[in-house]
Amino acid sequence: MDWGALHTILGGVNKHSTSIGKIWLTVLFIFRIMILVVAAERVWGDEQDDFVCNTLQPGCKNVCYDHFFPISHIRLWALQLIFVSTPALLVAMHVAYRRHEKKRQFRKGDKKCEYKDIEEIRSQRFHIEGSLWWTYTSSIFFRLIFEAVFMYAFYYMYDGYQMPRLMKCSAWPCPNTVDCFVSRPTEKTVFTIFMIAVSSICILLNVAELCYLLTKFFLRRSKKAGNAKQQPNHENKEETKQNEMNELISDSCQNTVIGFTS
Amino acid sequence: MSWGFLRDLLSGVNKYSTGIGRIWGAVVFMFRLLVYVVAAENIWKYEHDEFECSIKQPGCENVCFDHFFPVSHVRLWALQLIMVSTPSLLVVFHVAYRENREKHHNQKLYRNPREIDGGLLCTYIISLVLKTGFEIVFLVLFYKLYNGFKIPHLVKCDIRPCPSTVDCYISKPTEKMIFLYFLVATSCLCIILNISELSYLIFKYSIKCYLKRYMKKQQ
Repeated sequence: MDWGALHTILGGVNKHSTSIGKIWLTVLFIFRIMILVVAAERVWGDEQDDFVCNTLQPGCKNVCYDHFFPISHIRLWALQLIFVSTPALLVAMHVAYRRHEKKRQFRKGDKKCEYKDIEEIRSQRFHIEGSLWWTYTSSIFFRLIFEAVFMYAFYYMYDGYQMPRLMKCSAWPCPNTVDCFVSRPTEKTVFTIFMIAVSSICILLNVAELCYLLTKFFLRRSKKAGNAKQQPNHENKEETKQNEMNELISDSCQNTVIGFTS
Repeated sequence: MSWGFLRDLLSGVNKYSTGIGRIWGAVVFMFRLLVYVVAAENIWKYEHDEFECSIKQPGCENVCFDHFFPVSHVRLWALQLIMVSTPSLLVVFHVAYRENREKHHNQKLYRNPREIDGGLLCTYIISLVLKTGFEIVFLVLFYKLYNGFKIPHLVKCDIRPCPSTVDCYISKPTEKMIFLYFLVATSCLCIILNISELSYLIFKYSIKCYLKRYMKKQQ
């Protein structure tokens, strides 16, 4: 039970995302979660054991460590990844709700329902339009907010993104100003800058996706307004659907959503 | 046998839940279980090794640690997660019982064995009450055991064999406190979700009952 479970949930949302959304998810899993698990956790693994202060006074090391690292980098990143992944659940819930409604319609024998069986509803991929567009756009907006908040919190707590080699500590019970040495400061700085860089890339991807969705929304609106002016009584559903299908890049992988969206 | 079992349980229960129930499941999974496994366990991992007292007297550290931390925060957190997720099993068992009954009698006894009505509604409401009860019990336990939700930097200990009042320093108190507050906040959120779901169910089925009676009177 670890990040793999998160991967299962988010993998299902992938089916209904735009192509930029899929790139974002790949970057999240490969460059952030995987790096966190296989590398960063080892680097920070011995952080308190190897945090050494130039005094034998019992308790001084504990107090100084707590003063300089109120919350460890690793934990902040883990929280950031969890918070940034959570808005995707909104989309997953909305899709599940739509599927549930279609299933209900199908069971009632509604003539409007265009599906032949329940399996088709279960494996159908929803286009990002209507209320789903609003949910999807809000989820991207929240993701951006969480990324920015965590990056700022990082900067504020650690006075920048560099890990110093030496910290001077005079908190009680340290007898005077003692020198405390951080373990592996260079390696930690490298990983911190790496994670910050990947966070920035994710922010850029989210901004790009937001712009793409907004552009699509306004284009669609102007198209509808144009169609309405030319042929007010003619509804060309088939043509619009075909156009939208051509616009959206289809995904070949058939990730099934377990649990939260079934 | 690990937390994966709890994750599967939450996924299974999700099928029979209302919308609010699914949000509850998502909150428990993302903000409690996942945070516990990836962050909290590591913070408290070496709590005993890093607990340091200002004395060389053998046994003093052990005794002081045991006095101030009768049950570790992280163990209480794990127990809370397990106890809070378990009442949902009642619903799963009841649905399985219904489906078994239908199979055994070889006829359709219920309109939909998974629909929350009749006996299953009672089971669902009982599971909600139990969940809320467990949440409140554990929050009160945390509060009483540790005198609030604060973790001090330093505790003063004078239990034998410590020769006098010694200073003992707790490791990472700030980080532990941040995660403790996070635990309390998510517990409260889950309590609110459970109470909302309870009110929603009671309201929905009271309206249904009332409408049925009204229709009967009309006829």
